[in-house]
Amino acid sequence: MPGVAMRELPQTAPLIDVHAHFYHEGAGRSDWARLNDARVRAGDTIGVTYHVASVLGSYGHTSPTYFPSPADVTRGNDAMAALAASQADRVRWYATVNPNDTRHALAEIERCVALSAVGVKLLASRRADDPLVDPICELAARQRLPVLHHIWQHRTRDWPNQEISDGLDLACLAARHPKVTFILAHLGGGGDWAHTLPAIRETPNVVADLSGSGVDRGMLDQAVEILGARRLLWACDLTMETGLAKLRALDVIGLAEGDVMDVRWRNAARIFATGTFPRCELA
Amino acid sequence: MIDCAAWIGPYPFREVPHPDPATLVRVLERERLTGAWVGHLPSAWHRDPRPGNAALFAALAPYPTLLPAPMIRPDWPGWEQMLADVVAKGAVAIRAYPQHWGIQPGDSRMNALARACATSARPLLLTVRFEDLRQRSPLDVAGDLSAAHVRALARTGEDVCIVVTGAGRELIEETHWGLTPVERGRVYWDFAWVWGPPEEHFAHLLRTMGAERFVYGTHWPLRLTQNSRANLDLLPADQRDPGITDAGSLSPRFVREMPT
Repeated sequence: MPGVAMRELPQTAPLIDVHAHFYHEGAGRSDWARLNDARVRAGDTIGVTYHVASVLGSYGHTSPTYFPSPADVTRGNDAMAALAASQADRVRWYATVNPNDTRHALAEIERCVALSAVGVKLLASRRADDPLVDPICELAARQRLPVLHHIWQHRTRDWPNQEISDGLDLACLAARHPKVTFILAHLGGGGDWAHTLPAIRETPNVVADLSGSGVDRGMLDQAVEILGARRLLWACDLTMETGLAKLRALDVIGLAEGDVMDVRWRNAARIFATGTFPRCELA
Repeated sequence: MIDCAAWIGPYPFREVPHPDPATLVRVLERERLTGAWVGHLPSAWHRDPRPGNAALFAALAPYPTLLPAPMIRPDWPGWEQMLADVVAKGAVAIRAYPQHWGIQPGDSRMNALARACATSARPLLLTVRFEDLRQRSPLDVAGDLSAAHVRALARTGEDVCIVVTGAGRELIEETHWGLTPVERGRVYWDFAWVWGPPEEHFAHLLRTMGAERFVYGTHWPLRLTQNSRANLDLLPADQRDPGITDAGSLSPRFVREMPT
């Protein structure tokens, strides 16, 4: 297209998307395979080395996305495990659980780790600071699993179909479990990111992923200023074009090259177990 | 390629970094855009458009690639003369925010503005939203521009040219397929808020509506300018270089001369 630069996309340095999702035939969408293919294709274009992904039960088809039934949790995790096995060179995965079914959640984490899960995904099934989440975090600590927690940036009211948490709620949970690294989901994913940054600043075991459809100018600058580059993780979630935009913005907001590498992949490599991302570590 | 969705000036509900014309010029150069239709951001919340428009023209005067797109509200006394004045001063497009003025779809005053813009050969530039609903201030109660607004304006006359910025797939499709083929040809959309992969809403819209219906907008200084180009770069291989419309071509008689 004349007049608009089509730049060479960055393919040289490793890049880890710590917040991705895949779909399956039980997700209620006939185009589920197209969505999965589109993510992989766009990831290749962007230069994603690893997608760290989860399946959210049936995505509302047979139980609510954020309150998945035990059967849907298991079916979703099975689908995720199968996809990760089929793309072992570039897909890692979180075990998704619903803390309301505590026994099932704990058993599911153990089962999924045996199937190669590298972290735990918590949705909005229970507020983050609820004691019901504690057994899951205790198991995550024993297994050394990072916990990716769905977050609304500054909850000012309840929203339908989810029991939302914000940065303050997650900071409470993280303070109770200092050996667990919590990934605060989608800083750009809705709500007020400016509230989140000071909410988690003093809780060093909370790191933030940059995903979400929001691409507000100033968000990256303030995130670096308040949290530092070593507490930020690049990610896309549902909108990969916003991920690419933020990736390109990282190159023009004045970060040192080492800081950019931290956000692109080194922080993720530090947070997850050694050996999780061999293609990055080789690079 | 012209960026049809840029503003200067502060935003009332949060700090935005460096919303000044000199910074915008540097950003456009970095993004290899030839220029931008530029509005005065705080004016969207002002009652009287005149001070904001005056500030806009004064601020842009030293920058030939920044093309003024001032605001005209058709419920304000003397708006016809105001329109004539800004056209004479070099306005390339006319911004309107009916949702901020409480003007409902089909209101005769907005229809009159659309026709007056057509007479002046200026596109009418509408903004669906400035921020995501989920982060909007409780004081920002205007709501999003509706598809009904756009449909009504597209039906006001054959020379009408409407550019809508900040819409998502749902609003675009509701509007587009609710118009006749002739009426659709009067409406252009930017894709700054349209989702790319994996949902691929943008690719879908290009396939179903045609690339010529889309123009390039960034929503600077509110949003990262890199987003629209990222959307283009992530199109499936069969849709690369889709041939979108350059907004600069929509008001050809009035575009200020660009530096070579």
